[in-house]
This record gives sequence, structure tokens and C-alpha cells, in this order.
Amino acid sequence: MTPRTAVDTAAGVRSGSLRAADVLEEHLARVASREAEIHAFNLVTQDAARARAADIDRRVAAGEDLGPLAGVTIALKDNLCTRGVPTTCSSRILEGWKPPYDASVVERLAAAGAVFVGKTNLDEFAMGSSTENSAFGPTRNPLDTSRVPGGSSGGSAAAVAADFATVAIGSDTGGSIRQPAALCGVVGVKPTYGAVSRYGLIAFASSLDQIGPFTHTVEDAALLMEVISGHDARDSTSIPQPAMQLRQELGKGVEGLRIGRITDLPAGADPGIMARLDAAFAALEAQGASIVDVQVPAFTYGLTAYYLVAPAEASSNLARYDGVRFGMRVEAPDTNAMYSATRAAGFGDEVKRRIMIGTYALSAGYFDAYYGKALKIRRLIANDFAAAYAKADVLLTPTSPTVAFELGSKGDNPLAMYLCDTYTIPTNLVGHPAMSVPFGTAELGLPAGVQIMAPTLGEPVMFRVAAALEEAAK
Amino acid sequence: MSVHITRADVAKVAKLARLNMSEADLDRYTEQLAKMLDHFEDIDALDLSGVEPMSQPFPLVNVMRPDVEQPTLDRDEVLAMAPAAEQHRFRVPPILGIDL
Amino acid sequence: MSEQIVPGWELVVGLEVHVELATRTKLFSGSPNRFGDDANVHIDPVTLGLPGALPVLNEHAVELAMRVGLALNCRIEPCTFHRKNYFYPDMPKAYQISQYDQPLNLDGFLDLPDGTRIGVERAHLEEDTGKSTHVGGDGRIHGSEGSLIDFNRAGVPLVEIVSRPDIRTVDQAKDYVNELRAILVAIEASDAKMEEGSMRVDANVSVRRPGEPLGTRCEIKNVNSVRSLGRAIEYEARRQVDLLEAGDRIRQETRHWNESDGRTHTLRVKEDADDYRYFLEPDLVPLVPDREWIERVRSAMPVLPAARRAALGAFLGVPADSAAVWTVVDRGQDAYVLASVDAGGVGERVLVYVQQAFAEAGPNPAVPADGLARLTVMERSGELTATQAKDVLAAMLETASADPAAIARSKGYEAMDTSAIAVAVDEAIAGEPAAWGKYCAGEEKAAGALVGRVMKATKGQADGKVVTALLQERRTANG
Ligand SMILES: [Mg+2]
Ligand SMILES: [Zn+2]
Repeated sequence: MTPRTAVDTAAGVRSGSLRAADVLEEHLARVASREAEIHAFNLVTQDAARARAADIDRRVAAGEDLGPLAGVTIALKDNLCTRGVPTTCSSRILEGWKPPYDASVVERLAAAGAVFVGKTNLDEFAMGSSTENSAFGPTRNPLDTSRVPGGSSGGSAAAVAADFATVAIGSDTGGSIRQPAALCGVVGVKPTYGAVSRYGLIAFASSLDQIGPFTHTVEDAALLMEVISGHDARDSTSIPQPAMQLRQELGKGVEGLRIGRITDLPAGADPGIMARLDAAFAALEAQGASIVDVQVPAFTYGLTAYYLVAPAEASSNLARYDGVRFGMRVEAPDTNAMYSATRAAGFGDEVKRRIMIGTYALSAGYFDAYYGKALKIRRLIANDFAAAYAKADVLLTPTSPTVAFELGSKGDNPLAMYLCDTYTIPTNLVGHPAMSVPFGTAELGLPAGVQIMAPTLGEPVMFRVAAALEEAAK
Repeated sequence: MSVHITRADVAKVAKLARLNMSEADLDRYTEQLAKMLDHFEDIDALDLSGVEPMSQPFPLVNVMRPDVEQPTLDRDEVLAMAPAAEQHRFRVPPILGIDL
Repeated sequence: MSEQIVPGWELVVGLEVHVELATRTKLFSGSPNRFGDDANVHIDPVTLGLPGALPVLNEHAVELAMRVGLALNCRIEPCTFHRKNYFYPDMPKAYQISQYDQPLNLDGFLDLPDGTRIGVERAHLEEDTGKSTHVGGDGRIHGSEGSLIDFNRAGVPLVEIVSRPDIRTVDQAKDYVNELRAILVAIEASDAKMEEGSMRVDANVSVRRPGEPLGTRCEIKNVNSVRSLGRAIEYEARRQVDLLEAGDRIRQETRHWNESDGRTHTLRVKEDADDYRYFLEPDLVPLVPDREWIERVRSAMPVLPAARRAALGAFLGVPADSAAVWTVVDRGQDAYVLASVDAGGVGERVLVYVQQAFAEAGPNPAVPADGLARLTVMERSGELTATQAKDVLAAMLETASADPAAIARSKGYEAMDTSAIAVAVDEAIAGEPAAWGKYCAGEEKAAGALVGRVMKATKGQADGKVVTALLQERRTANG
């Protein structure tokens, strides 16, 4: 049974042919039957959701026209601030904290009529690619529960894949929406940096973080983008433009578009994954697009640049978890001892590792060798992409080098885990949009995702290509 | 770059980052951070002279707000969330050493 | 040089002044920037550094900082914000957003009243911290049982003004701070109150033998008045000279001025643990003031106090740095003084009255300028004695009157003619033979008793100058 889309749900609820309460109960029933096994959520907010759905139905009955997401159930990654609702980043250090405010994205979704079903699990502070680094235990892939859903937004991807919610919101710093989307067989979008407000998104790496949707369909993703994008005065890096209009792009086809194949793409993807990429090029060519070869030589340095920039920014962003104003505290005889004890007990291993590497990369004597160099590599990558986009409208790569892997299989080897994001990281470094669209299956019959990358604010053409791939995958 | 991170470096960084570390932690982190830094040596080969650093993906300037008051948070709600508070203030253990 | 604290040694001082800007709201959020309210009421997610909060720059703070830069003859430059990372309980995010290698205002100067030009290296924008109070242990940080944090001040916009080490005497340091304070108030950038902490001065002090390179400096903090600044610098310079003369070295450190024992004490030694890991604040974008914006700010700048003091001094024929001129310009009453003199007032008397009687009157006193002018003319012509004139002025202030003659009449102040005063003088000489004797022997102070007796007899209506003249006349005749 194919899940009901957000577009259909909102249309049904707005016309009165569908009750928001019924939509919600269907989802909550699935949560009740499978959540114990999957652990997509840190918190299911069923009471608030029921009250909200009832309110929507009442308002529809009263003749009110609700927004474009009327009655659509949404799961929120647990690094988005929700007023009065615990927000943990899957970290002990934030246990018990209830933000006194809503993230801008949460406000916009609520204004559009959405029903929030809960806060989803993630790698602690979004640091990871498997959702195994959660203080509250891992999330499992609904398609094969011995495997990971990817990460860090694994809970959101799993929630959509298991149809616990119609759509979900995640955040993507180095691939944290696209990679789990690929591993769970759903659509995932990382918008242009600055297209979606970060206000209320708990920062991991401020110059890389972007919020984006998980959906079953490209059209739903376009709809979500229309709701959450657009200028926000509370985020100084928000691009001063109105919300994007993307659904109008979906039917335009790809005739005449130039699809770039990166000939010097770093190797390492599994054969089944590369086969799906080839099939995607063929499908687009068959629909009238032309395939062009491009080079992005600096692509390969993305991983190193990312693992210097992201931890450096994170080391500073995570300094505020000091046991003074909110969250956890381990008592100690003096303030410095309290800081060190609290942070040692409150953060998990991967978070500490990144704080350490980031602190080191910024510290006196090493700044130029590490952080300063990484910023220059960002520029190199941007220059290489600019040259590639002079020849191609979009670029296609695999989203993830592999299909969903088994829990625990990457063991205690952080570097092996980092390689999961080889193909997704470069776009974060340069702020470009990219999305993952499910495109058949690869190894073990598990889903494969194709990544579509576009230049800054190139979402319209990116979505055209996504719609074409989705059509071809049917 | 090829700087080799030492156990002393790791201890110093842990102090800067306010992370308590046991002797065993220090050994483990020294090994893991060294491995990572070795891995990052791929960028040593790059000629980056004359390359402008890029710290923000989208170039904006002069983003400002008018000097207008906005609603503040409720003090009781905020202090209720604090690990320790008294006299409407956040309480911390004694501060050893002034400044820094 | 008499200004040398210790002969043979030269003092070298640079000042870092933090000034809270007079905005309505904080530098990066819309919470009120207001002093003296109940603890933790001016808080919001940005001020508290809550997870997910993002800073947005206050445009008015930028303009006030630009005014500071223009007043200090700085270049206004494209600039950026950095994070200065360090842990301290009053610093909510564990980093301060400040300006680092690209500050807003660069390379200016401030001229002292004596003409000395002190270089200003930079004047940059940054955010203030919260405030800690220490509980137990007599409220001192040492031995306290803990600290309580109030974040009302956290995020208040500051301009940090860093002088070059061009200051060579204690008086120059005090003049620099006084002049700077006058400028900041005049351009309405800050109320610049050292006692309330809206202006905080740190002094970098070193000493050297004249002609030698700069010595090791110590930074002196916790100076809460201009007077303390002078005392602290003087103490610190002597301490350093004593060490050097004893063959010791100066250790670079931050020292704390203790007002009660009049000494500086080690606060902390600079060590390599001071690693702020500065990097560009990714949550903010660069600030690039264009020419048009800078000109708009410049055109709204008032005339600065030094120029106003010079103008007033020149007009009245008094020294531009006299206390009366400083006071009147500080209060913004110089335009009033000029108007009163233009209306025919006696300049020197107008200045004195405004300085002494108009402390509460503000820049636009209730007494019309021509009214004060008439009063000084009546006094000068002898229609009113100095005492009477003061009395009349008090009444004018009370009733916002422009008519001193009417008030003088209503009080019965008729000018006494000289012959009536002469009678009173002769009676006083007869009544105070001892004083008269001393006065005749050349003891000028003895005149006081005689004049007092005359004033008492005439109920203060005798003109003091006339009395003095008559006494002198009598003494000459006597001698
Ligand atoms: Mg300083
Ligand atoms: Zn400062």
C-alpha cells in the first residue's frame, strides 16, 4: 500500500473529505505497532497531536481555510526547538530541557496546518551517519531492522519510511538528510544555504547546517520547501527572497537540460550503487536531456575540509553546554571543575572527539595549518563547481556509496563512518542545494538514492530533474 | 602540515574545551586524533597560495535589525530550567581565578 | 620634568576604554538595554545563549559606533565579527562576539586640552557580559561559596576604544578620559558613567628610561573613577620602577586596582592558556558601511566639546580649559551663554552664573537668555550688589522670569548711594578698632570683619566693591 502523500492529505482535509483526526490515528496506530522495534522517536507527542488534529477538523467544519499542510502529520528532528516540548539533540547534556521558543521552521509548519507527531532520534548533535551515536539508543531501518537508517537524521528518515508520519524535517550539515533518505528509500532535500531559516535549529556547524524535508514524493518535497523556505529576519544568513515556488517546475520535463557526470568523482561506491547512477543518466537521456562530462577536481578534498570546518564550528557552538543556564550539571567544588565534569558526562564519544579536533584546529599555532587551509579548500571546491555548472545544469552522483549497513558494522572506526558522506559533503561546503531521490534498489535489494546537485538557488531545475527521475523509477 | 599531535597537546586541548579526561581517555583520544590528522594530510599537496578563504557560502552584507524592543522571556520559566538558581539569578559554584 | 613620577624614568600608558552604547536594545537581540532593573528580566534566547538562538546586529548600535569613530578621527572600514572563545559563567555562549582583525573604526586620534595628540588604534563593536555577585566570603570572589549570575547586561553593545601607548603622564591619562567622556556624551553615544560601569577604563602601564624601547606592561583593571585612574597609574609606575631599580624583571600580567589599600594586585599572569581561538562568526555577515551611510552619520554629528570650549573661551576671552567653560559645555549650556552675551550680558558674569546656578537647568534654562543678560548689567552698573544679584537670580529661576528689575524692586533692593555706605564704613571702623588696627598694619584679611559689619548694618545692600574701595581710601588717608 503506497502511503498517502502530504498533497493528498491536505487536499482531503481542506475539502472536508478527510478528517485530520483519522489521518493522525492511522499514523499513531503504525507507531504503536512498530516504534518499539524501530525507535524513530525520542518523544511521541500524541496528546498534543490529537488536540491539534481535532482543532483542525473543527476549524475546517467552521469553514476556515487552513494552510497547504492542513492535517499533514510531521515528525521533527529532535534538534529543532519546540516551545515547551523537550528538545534533546539525542544528548544527555540537554535532558529535561524544554525550549522557551519555537524554531522558525516549526512556526511556519504550524501556520500551514501541520500536525506534529513527535521529535525524532538523531546522532548526538547531528554528528554521525547512522543514528547509532544517540544517547537514547540507535534507530533501525524500517526496511531491514538489522540495519541502520543512516544519519544523522535517521529518526526522521525512518519515521517517513515506516509511515509514522507523512513527512519529516531533518537537518543536513554534511549529508544528514540525503544519506538517510537514500538508505531508507525516501526523498530528502538539502536546500541552498540560507534558503531555510536556521533560527531554532540547534547548531552543529553554523556555516554548513540547513534544514530540509523527508517525503515519499518529489511533489511533497516541493510543497514542504514552499512552506519552510523564504526570508527570516531572525537569521542573519537568511537569503532575502520570498518562499520558493517549486511545484510549478515538476511537470516541465528535462528536455534540453544538461546533466553533468563528474568524471573524477572519488571512487569507492558499491557496483550496485554505480549501476543505479548509470541507469539514472540513461533515464534522463531517454527523456531528452543530454549527458555532459565535467570535472570537479577539488571534490575529493571535501572530506578533509569538512572534518576541519565542521568540528571547529561545533567546538564553539557546543561550548554553551556548560551546566549554568539549562540542561545537565555535574556538581563540583568550583566552576571550572563543574564545566569539565558536566561536559565529560553529558557528551558522548563522537561529540567529544569532534570538540577536541575542532578545538585543536582553531588553537594558537595550528589555525593556519588546519582551519585556515580548510576555508581555502572550500573556495577551491566552489571554483571547481562553478566551472562544472558552466557546462551542466545539474550534476548527478550517488547519494551514499553503499546501501544501508548493519548496526555496529563500522565499529569504533570514525574514519570509516566519515566516508559515508564523501558524495554529500562538498555541497554543504559551498552552500549549494542537493537532494536524494530513491532510484530502485542495489545490493541486497535495498534502496539506492541518486543525488542531484545544483548551483546556489538552483532548486527549480533540481526539482525538475527529481520529478523526471521519480517518474522513471516507477 | 605533518604536525604530530602529542598526548600533552591532547591534554591541553581537553583543558581548553573543558572536558575531563582520564589517563585512558587521553591515550585513546591521542591515538584517534593522530589517525584523523594523518588522514587529513591529503590537503598538504594542494597549492593554496592566493586562494581566498571562504567562510560563508552565501555572500550577504549589512544584515541588521532596527533598534526596537522585542518581548523578553519569562524569568521564572527560564530559571526553572536552570540547574541551580536563587535570588532570581543563576547559581554557579565558586569561581576560582578571575577572568578567563 | 616635574611630571615624572620617578626622576630618570618615563611613564608609558595606553588606555582601553569600554563604553556601553545608549541603544534601546542589545547588540544582537531585542531585549532592553537598561541599567538598574531587577535581575534577569532583560533576557531572551540570544542573550542567554540558548541552543538554536541566532544573533542579528542592531543598526543603531552600528551608527553610534560609527559616531564614536568619526569623533575620534578614525577611518570607518568594512569589518567583520569574530568569536572570542572562553569559558566564564557570565559569558552565556562561552564566546564573546567581538571584532578582531577587521574592526569598524581604525587609526584615529584624540587631542588633549593641552594640545597633546593621543593616537587611537581602533574602536570596535562587541557585546558585554552578564554580572556576577559572589555569595559568602564577604562578597569577594576569593573564598566565596558560589556566585550568582544576572544576564541583564549580557549582550549590551560596547565600543572598545584602544589608544596607542602615547600617554606619558598621569594628567594626560586623566585628560584623555575626561575628554573622551565629554565627546561620548556630546555625540549621545553613551552616558559614559564610570561609577555605573557604562564607561570602564583599563590602563596598560609600563616604564622605561627615556629613549629606550618599551618596557613590559601590566594591565590595570577595576578603576572606577578618573581620580582612581591617576592613583592606580602612579602606584603601578612606582612599583615597576622599584622592581627594575632592584634589578628585577616586570612580569606581564593583569593587575587589579584596590581602592581601599591604594595598590594594584596580581589578578592573573598571562600564560599560554589564553587561547581564544578567534574565528569569523558564521552566524553574522560582514558589515560594509558605504560612503553615503558614513556621510549621513557624519552630517548628523554635533560640534564636539573641544571646539565648543574653544569657541566659548575665545568669545568670552577666558581660557578654553577653565573649569567654568568645561562645565558649561559639558552641560550643553554654551549656546545659552553665547545667546545671553549676545543680548548684552556681561560675559564673565553670565559664565559664572550659569556654572554655579544652572546645574539642574539643562541645555535650555527656564530663565530667558536676555533676562540673565539684564541681571548682569544691573550688577555691573552697581544697581545690584553681588549678593543681591544672586538672590534675584534665584527668584528668576523659580519663576522663569526675564525681568530682574521687577524682582529687585519687589525685594526692595535699591542701590545705596556711596555717601550712605561711607557712613556705615566709618561706623564699622569705630566699632571694630582691633580689626581696623590690623588692617592698617597691612593685614588684608582683617578687612573681613569690617566689611561684615557694614553688610550687617546695610542688610547686605552695600556693594562690596564700594565698601572695599572706601576702606582702602580711609587707610591711605590714615597712613
Ligand atoms: Mg581588550
Ligand atoms: Zn573588549
